[in-house]
Amino acid sequence: MLKIVGYPDRYSVAPAETIAFKVSLEEGGRFAARLVRVIHGDCNPQGPGLKFRHVPTAADGTYPGRRQRIDAGSYMRAASLPALASGPFTFFAMIWPTLLSRAGMQTLAAQWDPARQSGFRIGVAGGELALTVGDGSGRCVTIRSGRNMLERHWYSVVVALDPAARRVRLDQRPLQPYALIDDQASLQATITVVPAEVSAPLLLAGCPEPDGTVGQHFDGKIDAPALLAGMHMPSSHAALLEAPLPPALVPAVLARWDFSRDIPSTTASDLGPYAHTGELVNLPARGMKGWNWSGEEQAWTRRPQEYGAIHFHHDDLYDAGWETSVALTVPADLPSGPYALHVSCGESDEQATRECYLAFFVRPPRTRTHRGARPDVALLAPTCSYMAYANHAEHITARGAELQMGRLLQFGHADLYMYDHPELAGSLYDKHADGSGVCYSSRLRPVLNFMPRYHSWLGGHGSALYQYNADTHLFAWLEHHGITYDVITDEDLHEEGVDLLGDYRVVVTGTHPEYHSTPMWDAMKTWLDLGGRLMYLGGNGWYWRIAFHRSLPGVIEVRRAEDGIRTWIAEPGEYHHSFNHEYGGLWRRNGRPPNLIGSIGFIAQGFDVSSYYRRAPDADNPRAAFLFHDVPDEKIGDFGLIGGGAAGIELDCLDTVLGSPPNALRLASSEAHSPLMLLVNEEFGVVPPNLGGDTNDRVHADLVFAETPAGGAVFATGSIAWCGSLSHNGYDNNVSRLTLNALRRFLDPAPFPRAALWGRS
Amino acid sequence: MLRRAFGGEDTLMAYRIDPDRDRQYIDEFRRQPIGAHSPGLMRVLTTMRNDPTGNQVILVCLKPFEKWALGTMPPHRDEPVRVESGPVFTSREEAEWEVFRRRWRRLTGEDINTPWRS
Repeated sequence: MLKIVGYPDRYSVAPAETIAFKVSLEEGGRFAARLVRVIHGDCNPQGPGLKFRHVPTAADGTYPGRRQRIDAGSYMRAASLPALASGPFTFFAMIWPTLLSRAGMQTLAAQWDPARQSGFRIGVAGGELALTVGDGSGRCVTIRSGRNMLERHWYSVVVALDPAARRVRLDQRPLQPYALIDDQASLQATITVVPAEVSAPLLLAGCPEPDGTVGQHFDGKIDAPALLAGMHMPSSHAALLEAPLPPALVPAVLARWDFSRDIPSTTASDLGPYAHTGELVNLPARGMKGWNWSGEEQAWTRRPQEYGAIHFHHDDLYDAGWETSVALTVPADLPSGPYALHVSCGESDEQATRECYLAFFVRPPRTRTHRGARPDVALLAPTCSYMAYANHAEHITARGAELQMGRLLQFGHADLYMYDHPELAGSLYDKHADGSGVCYSSRLRPVLNFMPRYHSWLGGHGSALYQYNADTHLFAWLEHHGITYDVITDEDLHEEGVDLLGDYRVVVTGTHPEYHSTPMWDAMKTWLDLGGRLMYLGGNGWYWRIAFHRSLPGVIEVRRAEDGIRTWIAEPGEYHHSFNHEYGGLWRRNGRPPNLIGSIGFIAQGFDVSSYYRRAPDADNPRAAFLFHDVPDEKIGDFGLIGGGAAGIELDCLDTVLGSPPNALRLASSEAHSPLMLLVNEEFGVVPPNLGGDTNDRVHADLVFAETPAGGAVFATGSIAWCGSLSHNGYDNNVSRLTLNALRRFLDPAPFPRAALWGRS
Repeated sequence: MLRRAFGGEDTLMAYRIDPDRDRQYIDEFRRQPIGAHSPGLMRVLTTMRNDPTGNQVILVCLKPFEKWALGTMPPHRDEPVRVESGPVFTSREEAEWEVFRRRWRRLTGEDINTPWRS
């Protein structure tokens, strides 16, 4: 189990800027911290082993620490409402519950004082519409509808409360009735407890708890919540949903939120006369189909009035919001590169790990005047992919992962901690507890798999590295060969565009650069078209389209639309990003296949063992001679720390139909893959019986070189496992040599052959 | 969530392990617990790795690349992972063999008495 965890407030920091680290201790009251350069985060004794270089700074030292907790769960807060229980009022909403089996009250609306147990809470308890009132003297009473709702069905709920008369009315009405299903209730009652008037914010989908957190969250959608003064009949609900509002109801309106307004924001518009704007906390899902979705439009921008729902989850999280434990001002002369704050609170043993590495990158200075001369090489750290996989927990949340891995699921101390702490929140691969997909992922929380030393439950037999820690194989190779390089991150590229790439002759990717926003994609394509040289040293690149939030830093969105390897599938009609209204899903399904950037595209995945490449005829093409200098071998990469070979995990191959350049050279192709290396979904319409690498020739990686029109070039390996083979035999092997040969030529300013349009050199 | 990830004791099984027919794959697995397997062994493993109770056998790493124990992840996350105090394994393959033997026993009623490495 982990005894110390934490996170940085940013993944990319420039020299002279300050980065803040948030640390939580599970035991003890102090911890030590020191800055290290990350060189190799793989513990595997078959490889070079862990390598860090201490970088003394003023931040080195010991610090006081304490346990810091995460208050997960999304809700809406409207701070300006008066005490509603000062008179009779009625709450209306359309709701779509998704986790009725969860114990306790799931709050729809509450104005509640948790210290005095006073006020009111309207919610769902045991599957029934319920109302709890408290008078502040310790007396509380709960009224329930007496009928169970069905999950994932829309209900009109109306709760009317007259405190002075002690009268309540609960009405729960399904929009879709079924024969023999009794889920409608209309209940009137007299209550024995008079709810106290509470001057507190009104919360939707959450309720204040005595410890200062917000709990009792609702799992499901809420659409068109409204509050009216006075006791209103359920029949008023239909009128309330009309636009414009019938004049008779107008004077009674206290608040009437319209979640279809300003969907990319974190505010909820109140159409009522008092403008009780709601603040949405922890990023509940927006751009969600409402109770009235007709299916005639698929985009919330085209018919927003049918997208008035917000999907709340008790396990949503945006910002853990921990106090800063260590602030590090990056020395102005610190070279760009991968770094981490190493924090420790004691000796580790078989039961507990008492250290962790809080990873981040030092980027080049932000302004041109400070930037000066840069190295010719930039490593594009795939921080969007790190965020997409943040706390990837399919080994916990999904059964069947062992089948996919072809071996037992390994749980290290970090995984056991993750299991015990679902409030860390999931990755874009996980489902919420209610079964809906996690479509937002933030880096403002402990991310246990964004660390050196993390060995994954997937990632190939052997080192079993995936994402960040797999990329440390590349950091170590660059270090071994003394290559000076800058690190720029996906977020930097998103914000600064092609200008950020302009300083570099060569961009090297990580092992798995899968997630890209539109500005990132545009920047990379523009730079390539201008003659940039790309070394795509991984697989499954440029696969999913993502969006960044327009005002909240450090959070991305994906919609698992239409096609591709999807661990959850977006609901029909919910394929458009809420952050920026773009049509989400695969870049391939948006007319921009990965082949347009990296020359190759995703073809297969399998996580058990890797294989090797066999030299192809194009290896003997004079255009490729520089690559095969000192590489006479027929087999390439029949060794490695990731599954025992250079071709594994996720593979890409050439496909000119999808946009691979016709001038591309197929230098080598992998073969002899395991039956668990499987063809990916988007590659077939009718499911073929031969999906596995043992029976399907299409299941292979292509090693590719292609010149680009303006004198640049692309070297693409087509495999996530490639970098796991770099260190074999003290970095003296054909994978390392090929990669180094490519890099050396790419660093040479002499242009590659250009397209005729540019004039051949 | 409407659809359950597992179906309880009455879950349909597309294939039932037949010890007489499938015994031939035991040695193949023992020789190479992790790696490319024959179609016959794949069918056996696919059947074994589906636990209709929702429990999931896991490999708990006590010391990276040196020491492992078995554990069980229960169907519901609010219940704790159970870690076995023994046996302790010095390789992943050794643990795979132990789990294979346990599953063979559960599905066929037969014991495999062959140790990991004699």
